[in-house]
Amino acid sequence: MEPEVGDIVTLRKGNTSYEGIVIPSPKKDSIIIKLSNGYNIGFRKDSVEIINMEKKQKPKIFSEVKFEKRKDLPEISLISTGGTIASRVDYETGGVRWLMKPEEIFFMAPELSDIATFRNISSPFQIASESMTFECYKILAKESAKELNSGSKGVIITHGTDTLHYTSAALSFMLQNLSKPVCLVGAQRSPDRGSFDGSMNLICASYVAGHSDIGESVIVMHGEMSDTYCNVLRGTKVRKMHSTRRDTFRPINTSTLAKVFMNGKIERFSDYRKRNDDNEVYPDIEMEERTAIIKAYPNFNPEILDYYIDKGYKGLVIEASALGHVPTDTINEKFSWVDSIKRAREQDIIIVFATQCLFGRVDPFVYSNGRIMEEMGVIYAEDMLPETAYLKLSWILGHTNEYFEVKRNMLDNMSGEINYRIKGDKNGL
Amino acid sequence: MDYKELGLKVGLEIHQQLNTKRKLFCDCPTILRTDDPLDTIERRLRPTPSEIGEVDVAALKEYMRGKTYIYQYYDTNCLVELDEEPPHLVSEEAKIIGVEVSLLLNSNIIEEIQVMRKTVLDGSNTSAFQRTMLISTDGYIETKQGPVSILTVCLEEDAARLISQDDTTKTFRLDRLGIPLVEIATGPDISNPEQAKEAAYILGQILRATGKVKRGLGTIRQDLNVSIREGGRVELKGVQKLDMIPLWVEREVERQIALVEIKKELNKRGSEKDLEFKIIEVTDIFNNTSSKIIASSIKKNGGVYATKLKNFKGILGKDIQKGRRFGTELADHVKTYGLSGLFHIDELPNYGITSDEVNKVRAKLKIAELDSFVIVAGKEDICKKALEEVFERCKKAFLEVPNETRDALEDGNSKYSRPLPGRARMYPETDIPPFTIDSELIRNIKENLPETFDEKVNKFIDKYGLKKDEAERIVYESPELFEKVISSLDIKSTIFIKALDLSKNLEREEGYVTDDQTLYLLFEKVSKGIIAKEGIEEVLKRVSKGEDIEIVLSDFSSDNNSADVEFAIEKIILEKKDFILEKGDRAISPLMGLCMKEFRGKVDGSLINKILKEKIDEILKSS
Ligand SMILES: [Zn+2]
Repeated sequence: MEPEVGDIVTLRKGNTSYEGIVIPSPKKDSIIIKLSNGYNIGFRKDSVEIINMEKKQKPKIFSEVKFEKRKDLPEISLISTGGTIASRVDYETGGVRWLMKPEEIFFMAPELSDIATFRNISSPFQIASESMTFECYKILAKESAKELNSGSKGVIITHGTDTLHYTSAALSFMLQNLSKPVCLVGAQRSPDRGSFDGSMNLICASYVAGHSDIGESVIVMHGEMSDTYCNVLRGTKVRKMHSTRRDTFRPINTSTLAKVFMNGKIERFSDYRKRNDDNEVYPDIEMEERTAIIKAYPNFNPEILDYYIDKGYKGLVIEASALGHVPTDTINEKFSWVDSIKRAREQDIIIVFATQCLFGRVDPFVYSNGRIMEEMGVIYAEDMLPETAYLKLSWILGHTNEYFEVKRNMLDNMSGEINYRIKGDKNGL
Repeated sequence: MDYKELGLKVGLEIHQQLNTKRKLFCDCPTILRTDDPLDTIERRLRPTPSEIGEVDVAALKEYMRGKTYIYQYYDTNCLVELDEEPPHLVSEEAKIIGVEVSLLLNSNIIEEIQVMRKTVLDGSNTSAFQRTMLISTDGYIETKQGPVSILTVCLEEDAARLISQDDTTKTFRLDRLGIPLVEIATGPDISNPEQAKEAAYILGQILRATGKVKRGLGTIRQDLNVSIREGGRVELKGVQKLDMIPLWVEREVERQIALVEIKKELNKRGSEKDLEFKIIEVTDIFNNTSSKIIASSIKKNGGVYATKLKNFKGILGKDIQKGRRFGTELADHVKTYGLSGLFHIDELPNYGITSDEVNKVRAKLKIAELDSFVIVAGKEDICKKALEEVFERCKKAFLEVPNETRDALEDGNSKYSRPLPGRARMYPETDIPPFTIDSELIRNIKENLPETFDEKVNKFIDKYGLKKDEAERIVYESPELFEKVISSLDIKSTIFIKALDLSKNLEREEGYVTDDQTLYLLFEKVSKGIIAKEGIEEVLKRVSKGEDIEIVLSDFSSDNNSADVEFAIEKIILEKKDFILEKGDRAISPLMGLCMKEFRGKVDGSLINKILKEKIDEILKSS
C-alpha cells in the first residue's frame, strides 16, 4: 500500500531505519518524511522499504478570524488579490497557499484593528501579480469605487509586488474624480518569517487610507532597507526597481509624496491631490486591449513592428533610447525603423515614445532622428514611465482613436504622470 | 562516585565553524571583522502565526514593547545576510566537508537533503530563522570505554554576533552570519566524565583531520547534556575547555544528587501543596536598614518584598555544588529579572541585616520553626515576578530536578540560564530545492578520506623526527602550516613549537588569533636570519596589538651587520666595565640580557653571546 501524506511510517534503507510523518513530495518517485527532530528528509521510493505504517494524522485546519467593527475608528475597505502578502505557509509541509479568507490578513498585522475599522473585506480574485490583465484592473476599479462611494475613507489593495506599479497606474486613470486614498500594498519577504515586511506596509497603508489627507492612487511600501518608515508613492510615477529588496519601489522623476511611520505619523514631502470625502468617484474602465510596449535595442528587426501593424494593434508605446531615439541611419537599411513607423502612422496606429532610461525626459528636437519621428506623428511622452504611458494610452484608446484627441490627452497631465520640473538630486537619480 | 549506579547519561553537541571560501548560502567570505562597519540597518522581528493559525498574544505584546535590532554590515556582506535577497544554493565545499565528517563518523548520508528553516526570534538572524540541514544519521565513534553513537550530523549557518544590548536595542554584527557550521550530536550514551572528555577530544581530532575547520577562540562551541536517573536533563552551554569537561560533568552530577536529596527531605516534611504563594511587602521594616542593597533600592522608590516558604528551613543553605547553595540557585533565577539577588533566612542575620529586622520579618510572615523566607528589593512589579519564579522553583523542588539550560562557569560549576527551550518550529526552506549527494562523489570522498589523527601523528614522528607529544601537539593545532614551513624554510620544529606556544598564549590572554599567513611570513624572516628566534615573541605581540605584519617585519629587517653589532656591544661593555671587573665571568649572563634587550631579537642570540664572551675575556685579561 502506498503511504499517504500524514501517515507515520518507518522506512528502512540498508541497515538504517527512519521514522517520520509523510510530507507531500514534489517528485512522484520520491517520498519525504518529517523526523521527530523536525528535519525533513527524502528518499527515492525504490531505495527504501516501508516496514511500518500507521494511521493518518488529521490535517491541521487554519482557525477562523473575527474582526470587530469599532465606531471610534475610520472605516476603510480591504481588497485582497493574491501575491506574497496574501500567502500563508503550512509550517508542517512548507507548502505555500493563498489566504483562504481576506480576514486572515489580520494574522499578519493584528494591530490593524486599532488603526481602522474594516467596513468590507473582499477578494474578487487571487492571482500572482504577473498574471494580471486589464480585466483585473476593471474589477479593482469598480470594487474600489463601490467601497469609496458607500462611505469608506480609503481602500487598501493587497497585491503581488511584481506589477504593483502597473495596477497603481491603471487605477490612477480609471478612477475618475478620485479624492480618497487607494493604497496598493505588497510584501517582498514571505509571511512565515519574523522579518516579514508586509506587516509594516499594511499598518502604514492603514494610516494612509484611514487618516491621511491624500486623495490619490498610491503605493505604500518600505522606504529603506530598515523597518523604519514607508514611502507613499504616486501611482503613476513609481516603479519596482529591485528584484528582492524591501525598498524596491522608488519614485521616478519625482519625490515621495509622504513618509509614514509605524506610530501613524505622516510627514509630507511634496504636493498631492487632497482628500475630499464629499466627492463621488466614477470608475471609467474602458480599455483598448490591442496595445503593446516594445523596447528598442541594437539590431532590432522592424519586422517585429510589422507584426503588430498587421495584427491590427491600435497603439504602441516604444521604450526608445535616451531622449527618444530609434534606429534610422543603420548601415543595412533593413534595420531602420523609418518605413515601419511610417506604415504604422498611415494606418492610424498611435505611436508613443517613452525613455528606456526611466529617469529623465524624452525630447525629439535635439537630434535629427528624433525630428524624423516627430514629423511622422510620434507622440513624445515627456518624463512618463513606459509602463504608465502604456496604461494611459490603452485607457485613452478605450475612449477615442482620433489622433489629435489622443495626442492632446496623452500630453495632458491627468494624474500626476508628467513632471514638468524634474529637480536635481545629488543623492542619485 | 558510581556513575553506573547513578544512571549517568551524557551527550555532546558540537558546533564547529568551517573554513570555507564562501558562506553557506551566499558568496561572501567567511571572515570576522574588527574594524568599523560600513553601515547599519534597523529591523523589528514580529511573532508569526502558529501552526494552528493563532497569533500568540503574549508574544505580540512583547513585540509591541519590543526590541529594535541593529545590524552592522561590511563590504564583506551582501543582500543575503541583510535578508534582502533569497539564499544562494548551498556551498559545494561545505557539502563536501559535511559528507567527509559524516563518513569519518561512520554516519549514513541522507539520500535527499532538505534545507530547513528553524525559527529564531532573538534577533541573531536577520530572517528570524536559521537555515539548517540534516546530512547524516546513525554513526558512531570508538572511545577507550566503548562506542559512542552519533545521532546526527547537520550543516547550518552561524548566527550574527551580538555586539551590545540595552533595554530597547540589540546590536548584531553580520560578519559571522552565514559561516558554515557542522553540528554533531552524540547519543546520550557517554557514561562517565572521563569518557565525555575523550569523546569531545576525538570529535575535535576528526574535525581537524579534514583540514577545513576554523581554529581559534569561538570557532568551536560545545554543549554537554547531562542527566542522572533520578535527576533531570540539563544542557550545559559554553563548555570551552576540554580538560574541564570531567569536572563540569562531576559537578553537575553532584548538583543533581543534592537536589534529589533536597526533594526527599522536603517530601518528609510535607508536600508542595502546603506552599502558599503570598507576597508580603516588608519595606517598613527596613526603612532604617544598614543593608546597602536594600537601602539603595528603597531610595530608588523600590520596595522590599518577602514570601514565606513553608518547610524550607535549612534547605536554602544546603550546598548543591562546591560553594553554591540552593539559595544561590534561587538567586540566579531572581537575577534573570535584573535584580541583584535575594536574601534568605538561612544566611541571616548578615549583610547589614540585623536580627531585629529578621525577627520582624519572621513575625510579619508568621514563620514557624521549619519555615523559611526570601526577601528581594527593587521595583514592585519586578520583585513580584521574581518572587513568583522563586516560588515556582521551590514547588518543583518537591517533585523533580528541573530540565534546564545552564551556563558553565570557569570553576566547574554552572548557573541557571533558562528553561530548556521547546523544540523550535522547523519547516522547509522553500527557496532551495532538496538535493541529493551524488553517489560517485560520496565514493570519491570515501576513497580519499584524510588520515586519522593517530596515523598522522605517527607519520609526523617518522618523517620529522618529532617526539610523540610534539607530534600530537602539532597535528592537533596546525599540521598544514608545519608541513609547509618545514618543507620550504630552514626552521627547526622546536622553533615552530615555540612560536605556536607564544601564539596560544596571546590567544588565551588577549583573545587574539594569529593566522597562518602571519606565522608563515614570520618564519620566512627567521629562516633567512633577518629575525632572530628571540624576536618571534615581540613580532607576535606587536601584531596582536593591531600592527601590520609587513610593517613589523620591516622594522626588524634593518641592516645589522656584525660590525654594527660589535660596536654596540662594545659600547655596552665600556659602560659596564666596573661591573665586569667586579663579577668576572659571571657578568656574562646579565650583560647578555642587556644586549638582547638592545637588539630586541633582531640579532641572533648565539652571535651576541660569542662577541660578548670575546670582549669580556679581553677586558678581564687586560686588567
Ligand atoms: Zn553574503
